[in-house]
Amino acid sequence: MSETTTAPQGTTTNGREPAAVATPRAPLRWEYSPAPESTDHVRLRERYGLFIDGEFVEPAGGAYAPTINPATEEPLAEVAQAGADDVARAVAAARAAQPAWAALPGLERGKYIFRIARLIQERARELAIVETLDGGKPIKESRDVDIPLAAAHFFYYAGWADKLAYALPGDGVVTPRGVVGQVIPWNFPLLMAAWKLAPALATGNTAVLKPADTTPLTALLLAEILQEAELPAGVVNILPGDGSAGAALVRAEGIDKVAFTGSTAVGRDIQTALAGKDIGLTLELGGKSANIVFEDAALDQAVEGIVQGIFFNQGHVCCAGSRLLVQESVAEQMIERLWTRMQALRIGDPLDKNTDVGAINSAAQLARIGELVGAGVAEGAGLRQVSCALPDRGYWFAPALFTEASPAHRISREEIFGPVLAVTTFRTHAEAIEKANNSPYGLAAGIWTDKGSKAFEVAAQLQAGVVWQNTYNHFDPTAAFGGFKESGFGREGGAAGLRPYVRQGA
Amino acid sequence: MSPTRTLPHVDRVGIQERVDALAKRSIKGEAKREGLLLAISMLDLTTLEGADTPGKVRQLAAKAVTPSPAYPEVPSCAAVCVYPTMVRAACDAVAGSGVHVASVATGFPAGQTPLATRLEEVRLAVADGADEIDMVISRDAYLSGDDARVADEIEQIKDACGDAHLKVILETVELGSYDHIRHASMLAMDAGADFIKTSTGKAAEGATPGVILVMLEAIRDYAQRTGRIVGMKPAGGVSTSKAALGVLVLVKETLGDAWLTPDLLRIGASSVLNDLLAQYIKTETGRYGRAEDFSRE
Amino acid sequence: MSDVRVAIAKTYKLYIGGAFVRSESGRHDVVDDGVNVPRGSRKDVRDAVKAARNAQAGWAKKTAYNRGQILYRAAEALESRAGEFGGDVGEAVDALVHYAGWTDKLGAVLGTINPVAAPFLSMSTPEPTGVVAVLCGPDDALASLVSAIAAPLAVGNTVVVALPERTPLPGLDLGEVLGVSDIPGGVVNLLSGRTAELVPALAAHRDVNAIIDATGDPALAVDIDRFAAETLKRTIRGEHSSLQRLEALTELRTVWHPIGA
Repeated sequence: MSETTTAPQGTTTNGREPAAVATPRAPLRWEYSPAPESTDHVRLRERYGLFIDGEFVEPAGGAYAPTINPATEEPLAEVAQAGADDVARAVAAARAAQPAWAALPGLERGKYIFRIARLIQERARELAIVETLDGGKPIKESRDVDIPLAAAHFFYYAGWADKLAYALPGDGVVTPRGVVGQVIPWNFPLLMAAWKLAPALATGNTAVLKPADTTPLTALLLAEILQEAELPAGVVNILPGDGSAGAALVRAEGIDKVAFTGSTAVGRDIQTALAGKDIGLTLELGGKSANIVFEDAALDQAVEGIVQGIFFNQGHVCCAGSRLLVQESVAEQMIERLWTRMQALRIGDPLDKNTDVGAINSAAQLARIGELVGAGVAEGAGLRQVSCALPDRGYWFAPALFTEASPAHRISREEIFGPVLAVTTFRTHAEAIEKANNSPYGLAAGIWTDKGSKAFEVAAQLQAGVVWQNTYNHFDPTAAFGGFKESGFGREGGAAGLRPYVRQGA
Repeated sequence: MSPTRTLPHVDRVGIQERVDALAKRSIKGEAKREGLLLAISMLDLTTLEGADTPGKVRQLAAKAVTPSPAYPEVPSCAAVCVYPTMVRAACDAVAGSGVHVASVATGFPAGQTPLATRLEEVRLAVADGADEIDMVISRDAYLSGDDARVADEIEQIKDACGDAHLKVILETVELGSYDHIRHASMLAMDAGADFIKTSTGKAAEGATPGVILVMLEAIRDYAQRTGRIVGMKPAGGVSTSKAALGVLVLVKETLGDAWLTPDLLRIGASSVLNDLLAQYIKTETGRYGRAEDFSRE
Repeated sequence: MSDVRVAIAKTYKLYIGGAFVRSESGRHDVVDDGVNVPRGSRKDVRDAVKAARNAQAGWAKKTAYNRGQILYRAAEALESRAGEFGGDVGEAVDALVHYAGWTDKLGAVLGTINPVAAPFLSMSTPEPTGVVAVLCGPDDALASLVSAIAAPLAVGNTVVVALPERTPLPGLDLGEVLGVSDIPGGVVNLLSGRTAELVPALAAHRDVNAIIDATGDPALAVDIDRFAAETLKRTIRGEHSSLQRLEALTELRTVWHPIGA
């Protein structure tokens, strides 16, 4: 672990200890026993190839790399690493498959996508376990969020396939873009694959998808599902690999549209690479989203929303509520309630069904979190970090919050992508709006108030693509998701999610 | 005119999401075994029927004292809970066991009798040996906005209890919303309740997880504010072991382990005991049981 | 008494923040065989973007009905001053009328109530992107220019326009019409000058949110997109229906609100 993570834990470097609660007599400690999800149900192959033209194939360069379990650092499987030649081969397969796929009647195309949704549901337990093994997220999240939502996305867009003329206002003439190149991140591996593939397929495109290098396994299980669904060969091609494979894919000859979810830095690079080309581009990038708590909020539910906003998936969430803006009049009690609540978080084995916060996805990400937390301490913000036993192996970072995080601090401006919350105060709703918008990002925001008129007034002035009022981190295939400003452009979800994948008559 | 009531804000959807999340806690192995025994030790084993007789109450009391003769490690229940006329029989039956006798008083379950008779009912139950009184608040006062009368009645009944512990039943389903449940919880605690209790068990809905969570949050905040520790009693609807273990989870993760004692947490129920015993014996033997394996009172 | 009357020439100026100003650089270009126009500078770009940014929130906050009426009044003003534009303003006026009517329809066409699988009211509404740079093509007629301005305005954006380098006069004249319309100062800003100077400055300005690139120059498009990428600006070029153009200039915002008393 990096130096900063071993800084005094469970202590406050700034601010007070929580107020003591009188202890009644004869307390009894009742601990949950370990409740690990059994992995017996999962049979991973030793090696996974590239999925091109309906088959698993060897990479041209012969390169394989292990994918590891970040909670144990144990290798799970060897995974082929795509190179530029493989990208060309996959794009050619997608190109060859595209006319027939687009020519299928919408209802028939939809049936394949419905099949995929159903197969994901049938294999839900296996997928959830593998998602947790490969990525480190708590099994309860894989089981209750990632996998069900992935199935829901396919189910939702399947139903659009024969209704595109209604989804896209215009002259009703809707043609697919053609071959789409899609690059997805490691924080919601299967779900992001679903967000990308489902609308692309519904609209008659074929796809080449590159999963993240630390989390390729559920995408490869999805490839098996596509075979099981008898999706025509070449309609979806899946190329595991590192950043160089993604860079090659978005620049490949023959790509008609690029969709990327990941960091703003890489998004900028892709937009630059595509400069001047008539290639559709949608980008879902980073964020530094503000979670705004007003003094009239339902405070206990706000605490839950803050916790859900920043500690869900270890804070590896593009729309994480990583900046807490709390009205000064309730700041002290909010912070104490939050700090008390944070002690109840259960951190550890991601496979344990009672785990709330799992493993950090990779050593590199852990180092990044450590660096930014170190910067926060150096800049003078008050660090509080939950004190808890962490496993000896694997990548771990105990949930932390910074009090008195100034807007100028790096922890208030840069995306940490970890379980670290920067807390600052405001006095009026105008100040809250100003501070919330004081970011190059514009992905999401939370508003906590019991006054509906205020909630909508503030929402209307936030530069944010998603605003959660009295809730946080809810997702649904019917609801558009995407950012303002440097959080990217284009929307995923809803009818809006179809539009980037088609050309319409002018 | 009574002063304008200022309601706290509780978000129903947020509460439901929290209890749904906690309902998914996996209680296995030793945690389940201990949890089942703990839940049994917290039971207010209850009979509140017009047809209750001393004989029925004696049988129930025997079960509360020794829930499972074959498994002596199974603890006694915390209390038996009966109508005032049955207090004497209950006291005789539990004498020396450490099992408490609780009595519903105050015109249970409606509470629609004059305060004077309610107070007298409490005094008589205590005189007969009840060391815990479960009262119902005046919903007529609460729903008409008269918080002062609600509080005043609780205070007078608390006085009438003497040394007996007072559990104040809010009859939450009749209050209309979580905001009101939280407000009434604070009102009851400020007026001197030793425990706050969800329901009579006679209304349409009892101790749902959401109601329990709202009341637990009120107890936590009251303790923070005053330093006084108030207990919690879910009652009505806790009819399965899963529900009972769910109560323990809610308490553990809202108030902490300090509240996991019969002194501060009671579960008002009757049929749940045999289910807890059945689950316990399953953890010990690995075999699922049958109805005939458990005594019926 | 003499019946000789000396005509006065019109001094063309930039239109920035609701004011008619000379280029801060003091430079000029000669167009149309002898008309002096200001040669806008990078600092004029800066001032224009600042004016557009300052005006944007207020313009967006007006009701859609109000924005529609203001755009319609601009159409009326343009029609009544057709003579100044050589008579043929019909297409430009029609574009204003068309977009004036869009202001309070777009929400119904692009907005959605999302039937989410949870107890929430979830709705997605089109919101303005912010400050839009309009980069005119060398031969853009008045109608194209007016369309490129009216579309962003209809949804609450403000604009900074780099007028056609060789034919800026219709655009500068348009400024005079807009200047006496009800469009608040700063909502439309018009710059004449050299494409090579204005376009990169506008495309690279970090406070511009979107670019309508009508330059039609493939090499310039590469530069524009590269500058745009620095701050993830949205760029649109090519033929679009008015709805497609409006959509490209809006951001969908999805708001979730719990349902539960």
